[in-house]
Amino acid sequence: MDLIIIIFLLGGLFLGWSLGANDAANVFGTAVGTRMVKFKTAALVCSVFVILGAIISGAGTTETLGKLGAINALPGAFAACVAAGLSVYIMTKFGLPVSTTQAIVGAIVGWNIYTGSSINIKILFIILSTWVLCPIIAALIAILFFILTKQILRKCNWHLLRLDAYTRTALLIVGAFGAYSLGANNIANVMGVFVPISPFTDIHFMNVFTFSSKEQLFLLGGIAIAVGVFTYSKKVMFTVGNDLLKLSPQAAFVVVLAHSIVLFLFASQGISNFLHSINLPAIPLVPVSSSQAVVGAVIGIGILKGGKEVQWDIAGKISIGWFLLPVMAALISFIILFVLQNIFNQTVHF
Amino acid sequence: MFSFKTKSLFGQTKQHERQIDQFVDILSEVGLVFKSIVPLYLNNGITDKFDEMVKQVSEMESKADKITKDVERALYEESLIPDARSDVLRLLEHMDELIGMYQGNCYHFSIQKPDFPKEFHKDLISLSETAVKCVESLCLTTRSFFRDIKSVSDNAHKVTFYEKESDKKFTSFVRRIFDSELHLDQKMHLRYFVEKIDRICDQAEDIADEIQIYAIKRSM
Repeated sequence: MDLIIIIFLLGGLFLGWSLGANDAANVFGTAVGTRMVKFKTAALVCSVFVILGAIISGAGTTETLGKLGAINALPGAFAACVAAGLSVYIMTKFGLPVSTTQAIVGAIVGWNIYTGSSINIKILFIILSTWVLCPIIAALIAILFFILTKQILRKCNWHLLRLDAYTRTALLIVGAFGAYSLGANNIANVMGVFVPISPFTDIHFMNVFTFSSKEQLFLLGGIAIAVGVFTYSKKVMFTVGNDLLKLSPQAAFVVVLAHSIVLFLFASQGISNFLHSINLPAIPLVPVSSSQAVVGAVIGIGILKGGKEVQWDIAGKISIGWFLLPVMAALISFIILFVLQNIFNQTVHF
Repeated sequence: MFSFKTKSLFGQTKQHERQIDQFVDILSEVGLVFKSIVPLYLNNGITDKFDEMVKQVSEMESKADKITKDVERALYEESLIPDARSDVLRLLEHMDELIGMYQGNCYHFSIQKPDFPKEFHKDLISLSETAVKCVESLCLTTRSFFRDIKSVSDNAHKVTFYEKESDKKFTSFVRRIFDSELHLDQKMHLRYFVEKIDRICDQAEDIADEIQIYAIKRSM
């Protein structure tokens, strides 16, 4: 493989790292923030399941993102990834849980504008509508499970210590599910733009198993996410865990569960096919924002409790981040593409 | 490996649950012993049986101390209940102080040998019984904090009730002592003992108040 290809792939890996540092923290943020799960345990479980989710179920959302802007040159994909990664990095520096999805969508739109390619408005609308729907659905699911969990706890009367042990186990299990869903849903953000121009070839293992070029890309992206989780996610975990709303460990479990369900719904080909088979509208396989899901779930619980405990100023700060992020990513993408084309003489579009 | 770890996690949890239950049992039992010690002393003075019972209280106090230390170590070393850890430890420490108060009272009887005239026996027995009932209600409050949080306020209410009862008995008892024909030094001496018993209820009520706050913090 050429050195230049590796350098361009590094753009995607940088974005993967940003996703791990920022979005993956959402899965275990509440658990680590309430000190129910150690950071190291959370990071390990998260990394393993993100990689599994990416490889096993990452294809559906990738296809949707490809329809938004089919970046057909490696330098173009590099620019989009670096732009998205940089904007997420800047937001993460401020401790704000922003969305890699929004960043990559902004960056792809930036590529579309720079190259004069047409934007698939229908797909863009679907993606944008999920930005509104995702936190709302997460809030509703969180409210439902919060009430349910409360009822169960009231009936079971577990000893405080036993409840603690059960909650830890539940947080780990649901965190693993969340990490899997995150990998499945968000790998498109990291490696989606590279899929049409993948530098890898399929590897066949004795005609029994084929490790496709797409899966190799996803594995690479998954590893990058894992590195991001281990090296930079701690700060955001504590922001999600403590700042927005002081959560009890049981409420933390509900938040992660709601977040995981939302991400899984928007990534599962199986559920989508099933709904289609019974003549119901299929759920679009869209990379949604795990940050929005988790913030939606936390606010849902806050509203259920009367809304007084929610730190609305922090929620507002986070929302401004969501609005600024895609604009910033589009702008940075535009600038990088300009530099690549005019200073480094790279073809960013065929 | 994972299943082994899970097993040991739940196994240890059960052990700590048992230890906390045992601690509350000790507090309750010390109260019952104290309830028997007071009439025993008033009727027979310092006897072998009295000494034996004081020794029994002392042993139970040491056992409670050991449990407090074990639970404290486990909660920190195994990072259990991070959100409620400090509350639980404070609760155990304050309940341990209560056991210490029972023990202190027994020792004071044994060392200072207060001379309660016959006319005050009934009052002292009644006051000590109220103190024990108050602590019994506190034991129930504590158990409900760990297992059945919605019953906390009901049980804490009983503690408050007995504390008020104790205050009333204490006031009338002390008034009767000082209205009597006894020498001032003896009056002061008797008042000291009555006050010491009444303080058990004050401490129990303070702990019950704390538990109510912890319970609010624990709600989902």
